[in-house]
This record gives sequence, structure tokens and C-alpha cells, in this order.
Amino acid sequence: MPTLKIPTPLRPYTSGESTITLPGETVAEVLEALVERHPELKRHLLGDNGQLRPYVNLFLKEENVNQLQGLETPLTERDTLLIIPSIAGGKEHRRDHAP
Amino acid sequence: MQDLIPFVKRIKLDEGMPSLVGNTPLLPLVTLTDRTRTKAQVFAKAEWFNPSGSVKDRPAWGIIQQALHQGLILPGIHLLDSTSGNMGIAYATFGTALGIPITLAMPSNASPERIKIMDALGAELVLTDPLEGSDGAILVAREMAAENPGKYYYANQYDNPENWKAHYRTTGPELIEQTQGKITHFVVGMGTTGTLTGVSRYLRDYYPEVEVIGVQPDSPLNGLEGLKHLLTTIQPGIYDPTAADRIIEIRTEDAYGMVRFLAREEGYFVGISSGAAAVAARQVANEIKDGVVVTIFPDAGFKYLSDEDLWIAS
Repeated sequence: MPTLKIPTPLRPYTSGESTITLPGETVAEVLEALVERHPELKRHLLGDNGQLRPYVNLFLKEENVNQLQGLETPLTERDTLLIIPSIAGGKEHRRDHAP
Repeated sequence: MQDLIPFVKRIKLDEGMPSLVGNTPLLPLVTLTDRTRTKAQVFAKAEWFNPSGSVKDRPAWGIIQQALHQGLILPGIHLLDSTSGNMGIAYATFGTALGIPITLAMPSNASPERIKIMDALGAELVLTDPLEGSDGAILVAREMAAENPGKYYYANQYDNPENWKAHYRTTGPELIEQTQGKITHFVVGMGTTGTLTGVSRYLRDYYPEVEVIGVQPDSPLNGLEGLKHLLTTIQPGIYDPTAADRIIEIRTEDAYGMVRFLAREEGYFVGISSGAAAVAARQVANEIKDGVVVTIFPDAGFKYLSDEDLWIAS
């Protein structure tokens, strides 16, 4: 099953879990499974229209899923999806962070 | 020919950029309120008129000045701090002018504009894990300071009292002078809480009848750069829980909408935290029949142009 990495600010709503494995073959299905397991997360991730809130970015292999197929982006068993908030419109995800 | 370098250094220290910090214009927001409901007037301090382009020049200059006065920044010592952007740009601006090396810990998902500006100003950047947010940058800076005490002066904007004192000395008196003492409500975003704490303490000392309203995001995950959701993040050491009479929570989407409104209806090209402040100021003004509501616009919109979602109305 695909793995989802939860940013620190949202861990209070996942009982402290930072990595969650969830069923789903697309980004949308994994997100659905996530908010089903942790309903409190829903308002932080999704707007009234069910779409991602504008500052929530999902990254798959260093790519923002918006640049792939959006919520319909297919996922494999081994994929890891990262939830990254945008800070002031930050769209880039860089790997060279401090240890 | 006379050696101009000492003269230039003196100018930079005493009369140059630092002397331009503060005394920012107070702008009227004429179309913001519902005039059928309230006669309240709303104003915003245009903090992008500071030399490095944001409100952070006030605390940055206050912190650097005090550290120099106390002999904490000696030749070769780096000023180190964590930042989500504007404070780092302010440190880098003054640091370059004064010959102080600057090292900044910042989440790697900060906007490309910020990273490029700090690079351009010659600051050393340590990009931190985006999953950890601004708290992650704080922890990395703390760790670096603890491991290399001889290398760094850790400015620690979240805990440094010079942060709120700068606003007590400058922002508070300016608000009174520019409104001729008629301010009734002060609305301010909360990040390090330096502006809130400093201005609130000034008002409580001299104009205690002014109501102070803090503004924070409605979620720990948000797009309101510079603002913190205080319930779920590392609480700044300078935060004074009695500083605000009440706190208003703002949705990022509403702040985005307000940024577009301010640009297109008022001609004010401002950043996201200014949008959040204006949403809260409008709410406060519409609740009262009359009064003078003043808020802070921390920066202009230039550093947010790469966020396409911000500028396109949904």
C-alpha cells in the first residue's frame, strides 16, 4: 500500500503518526482513506468543494502532483506521498535540507 | 584624496539604512468596510516602506543594535537565526551593510523569491525539512548554536526581548501620532508575536482603552506566511497571552481573496499576511458603529508572485 508522510503541524490530528500506510490506487483514494481514518484532518486538507486547500501541496518523487495528473495521479504499492504546506507560495520541494 | 571608507561606514551605521527603519506611512482603506453598517475608518501601516521591504526591519535592527552594544557580535562571529523569510532578508540587509556574516535556517519550501533574495544578499542558508515547517527551522538553529557557541550569535527572534521592544519604541508611538491619538482598535497578525506584544504593552501603558486583536491562521497547516497557529506550534518566549484582548482566526482562502481585493480595489499590492490582517480589520470595523481601526501590512506582494493560486480568483 502507498505510504503518506504527515507534516509535523498535522500530527496532532493523526495521534502523532508521521508515516501512514493507506489503501488506494490514486492520490484521491489515499486521501479519502486518510480522512476516513482521521476525520479531523479533513478541514485542514480539503475545502468545501472537496478539492485540496490552495496551500496544500502533495509531492510524489519530488514532483508536485499538480504537475502530474492531480488527484487522479496513479500510485503504486511502493510510492510515498508527502504533504507539504506551501510557505508563501513555495512550490518547490528541495532535498538539500539539514540532517 | 580623502579616504571615504570610514565615512561611508559611519553613514551606514548612524545615518544610512538603519535610520530609514520605521516611520512608515499610514494608509486609508476606503472600500474595505460596509458603509451602511459602520462609520469606522480602517488604516494600515505600510511596512514595505522599510529599507529591506518588511516590518521585520524593526526587530532585526533592534536585535543587531543591542547585540553590537553588548559586544555579542565580534569580528568573525555569524548572526544565526531561523526565519520564514522576511526576518532573514532584514538581517541579511543590515548584516551586509555592517559587515556581519548572516546564517539563516529556513524551511526548504519557502518561496523561491525569498531564497533568491537572501542568496543575493550573501546570507548563508541552511534549508530545513519542509515536513517540519517553521518549528523545524527553529530546532535546527538551536542545535547549530548549541554545537558551535563560539561561531554564532544566536539572535533567536522568537525569544529575544529586543523583538517586542523595537515595536514598543517605534510602532506603538507611530500609531498614536499618525492617528492623533484616535485609534480605538489595533489588529495585528501573530508570528513571533513581537508586534503584538510590543505595541500592546505600549498601548496598555499609555492608551489602555484601545482594544487589541490578534490574528492567527485557522489551521496549523496554512498558507499565511509569517503567521503561526499558536496552539499547535512552539510558543514564542516573548508571547504575552494577555497582550491581545481577543484572537480572530483567518482562513488562508479568505486572506488570498483579500490580497486580490486590495490590489484591484485599493491599489495596494501586498503580501498574504497583510491580506489576513485586512480580513480581520474588516470584521472588527463591521462590528462597531464608529471608531478608528488600525492594522499592520507587513510586506508588499513581490515575494509572492510565484504563487499562481494567489493571484487567480477561483
